Amino acid sequence: MSDVTLADPTAEQALLLSAQGIRKEFPGVVALDGAQFNLRSGSVHAVMGENGAGKSTLMKILAGIYQPDAGSLHLKGKEVMLSTPLDALEKGVAMIHQELNLMASMTVAENIWIRREPRNAFGFIDHKKMNRITNDLLQRLRINVRADGEVRTLSVASRQMVEIAKAVSYDSEVLIMDEPTSALTDREVSHLFEIIRELRTEGKGVVYISHKMNEILEISDEISIFRDGKYISTHSASTISRDEIIRRMVGREVLQMFPKEDVELGDVLLSVKNLDLEGVFSNVSFDLRAGEILGMAGLIGSGRSNVAEALFGVTPPTSGEIRIAGQSVQIRKPSDAIAHGMAFLTEDRKETGCLLALDILENMQIAALQTRYTRSGFVQGGSVAVDCAEMARRLRIKMTGLNVSIQNLSGGNQQKVLIGRWLLTAPRILILDEPTKGIDVGAKAEIHGLVSSLAKSGAAVILISSELPEVLGMSDRVLVMHEGKVTGILPRSDATQVAVMELASR
Amino acid sequence: MEKNLAEKTRIAPSPAMQRWKPPQELNILLVLVGIALIYEAMGWIFIGQSFLANTQRLTITILQVSVVGIIAVGVTQVIITSGIDLSAGSVVAMTAMIAASVAQSSEWTRALYPGFTDMPAIVPISVGIILGAIAGLINGALVAYARIPPFIATLGMMVAARGISKWYTKGQPISGLTDQFTFIGSGAWPVVVFIVVAIIFHVALKYTRYGKFTYAIGSNMQAARVSGINVEAHLVKVYAIAGMLAGLAGIVTAARAQTAQSGMGVNYELDAIAAAVIGGTSLAGGIGRITGTVIGVIILGVMSSGFTFLRVDAYYQEIVKGVIIVAAVTVDVYRNRRGRG
Ligand SMILES: Nc1ncnc2c1ncn2[C@@H]1O[C@H](COP(=O)(O)OP(=O)(O)OP(=O)(O)O)[C@@H](O)[C@H]1O
Ligand SMILES: [Mg+2]
Repeated sequence: MSDVTLADPTAEQALLLSAQGIRKEFPGVVALDGAQFNLRSGSVHAVMGENGAGKSTLMKILAGIYQPDAGSLHLKGKEVMLSTPLDALEKGVAMIHQELNLMASMTVAENIWIRREPRNAFGFIDHKKMNRITNDLLQRLRINVRADGEVRTLSVASRQMVEIAKAVSYDSEVLIMDEPTSALTDREVSHLFEIIRELRTEGKGVVYISHKMNEILEISDEISIFRDGKYISTHSASTISRDEIIRRMVGREVLQMFPKEDVELGDVLLSVKNLDLEGVFSNVSFDLRAGEILGMAGLIGSGRSNVAEALFGVTPPTSGEIRIAGQSVQIRKPSDAIAHGMAFLTEDRKETGCLLALDILENMQIAALQTRYTRSGFVQGGSVAVDCAEMARRLRIKMTGLNVSIQNLSGGNQQKVLIGRWLLTAPRILILDEPTKGIDVGAKAEIHGLVSSLAKSGAAVILISSELPEVLGMSDRVLVMHEGKVTGILPRSDATQVAVMELASR
Repeated sequence: MEKNLAEKTRIAPSPAMQRWKPPQELNILLVLVGIALIYEAMGWIFIGQSFLANTQRLTITILQVSVVGIIAVGVTQVIITSGIDLSAGSVVAMTAMIAASVAQSSEWTRALYPGFTDMPAIVPISVGIILGAIAGLINGALVAYARIPPFIATLGMMVAARGISKWYTKGQPISGLTDQFTFIGSGAWPVVVFIVVAIIFHVALKYTRYGKFTYAIGSNMQAARVSGINVEAHLVKVYAIAGMLAGLAGIVTAARAQTAQSGMGVNYELDAIAAAVIGGTSLAGGIGRITGTVIGVIILGVMSSGFTFLRVDAYYQEIVKGVIIVAAVTVDVYRNRRGRG
């Protein structure tokens, strides 16, 4: 580590939080071994590493969720034990988790102030006051949701912003953000960055985890890198290059973006005409050819995910026509869609993806069992296990075995299992909503490669991503939506960042 | 994609892909052995007899819980979907009554339907099973399509089915059943029925698509739906199977008692739920196995037969049973919390 510019070690007085020699073991896995981490006040410290490197585990230790097996924690120079999340909150450490943790049937205000609701003179919850302070908070953070609205009515991105507001509301000195932007588009990301910069000016310490390199370089002051549960190095963000970070993260050379393959386009596979979902989107029409990848861009709330859900029968459209290979079809529920050879990776892996009580094999095979791998009702356990093992190998899922519960995987590895779930169905039409959400730089290109080869073999792909470079890099055409309407479909040659943003915000 | 995978030679999954885990039933099996050994020791100390070295007692022990066991196999599946079935005990009474009414012998002078006496056993058996399936079907439809919480839907069925069984003969028992019918309840046949049912549904849950879907629905209903499972239809299927098994249990009960009464099967649903939970089925859904439930059923049987053996008051039996159920659920809650981290 002598060859790199280490962050200035003389700034000792400003040390807010320090963890040394942290070790954490789970049955069969050493998640962290000898990890160290130092956070200064008034700084943003990025934590980087591949999927399963141990980032979330380290953060959960800092937030009092896990107890380390070895090592010590210091807060402002004082050695501390953080025995519960509440304990950590009281000592000034708040965390935004990788997965959303809001209660869908409660209001935004109730979610934010849970367990510390303002009370009136009789000891009952003072809803008026709670809504007022929530509105103040949301206004200060310029987050555009209603305090008394139910969380279930919000998009994934808005929920993420509510999580952020909730974490900020604790007014903690240390704020940990574990992949807060995986569901956000550029506009919300820059909004979040404004909030982070304000926190930094107030002297807070922010820990920031993301797999998006641009964000890391833009927002962070320092970068700590982890690999396979081990601490690698810490750098000042202004002096390290993107390639150097990646090299240290993965320990090998990787492609950052999969080169787009030229594919001979076939016949129209999917044709959508005047699709409407009342109050959500209207008049959506497009054609999709075999071998084609259609990107969908737009701001949060533009209705991209809603269109995907309507196509797949999750929330059937109110009117419009869907044709598959020329045949008009009725898709009222997901099983109809699957029967037509469709597959749909949803954007919220906790709510609509993972079967958390079950193991990796069961999670991966479940959709394919509709159409494959069964003989008179019996699952052909041998062949499905072989294919799942092969899929896990190709997706580089970091695991100790297929019979391990999916809850024990890191976020990025869970995502890979869900991608595997749909690839195993051998779909004709594949809809991907934020497929590389939480996936590390090394594995991203491999997933792009898998999608491309699927298209090459004649499948049609719809790709929704809040990462514009991903959409622009992968797609043959880009469909742009704004407030429930299609504002344009650009061929690959015209789809520039500027052109897309123009259509997305008009 | 498919082609690539198909091209790969079909090798067995590498051992590394299936990390060895101790069987989940190990703990609960040890509990069973422990309880049995405690009785054995107490037997020698207090009454100078062996508890285990008595084949007749062991047979009776299992025989007494076979009916609950048959129900528990169905209830376990319902709980795996994150539902509950409170109606099983009442459905036992209802099917016992109605099946028995078409299983009476012509030698019996007070037959309920004098025109329908001396029917071959297949008639009352089919009637009982179909009736149970209908009750389950109604439960399932209420839960899946009317979206009534399983607790409420099956509570309604519990009360209604009990009412039907009382109304059916205005409270009179139905006796004089044919030998052909009572044969199913004779000797160790109820145990055989229990074991066959357990094996069938153990295999179904573990190796068939039906089983995989059941677990998926219980683990995350939304995700299961998006994965293409027809959740509503599947739930109806699971509740109907549970009802069918309750119907079968009703037939066995009537055959074994050689009579049917509206008060049969009281609290059986609670014993069945207890057996499932003791056997490791999680009330949160997605987790549970028939093997665990079978061990849970045997634990209940051994417990009560041990108390009888030691001549302990029945009141104490119920108290201890209550404690054991709560202990099992506590372990379940603890296990879940740790799993979630
Ligand atoms: N509760 C758990 N039980 C068992 N293993 C676990 C548990 N939590 C994490 N692990 C394992 O510890 C390792 C580190 O996981 P962690 O979630 O910290 O990774 P991460 O760096 O956050 O990855 P990602 O970028 O995918 O979010 C992984 O191999 C994971 O499988
Ligand atoms: Mg993580």
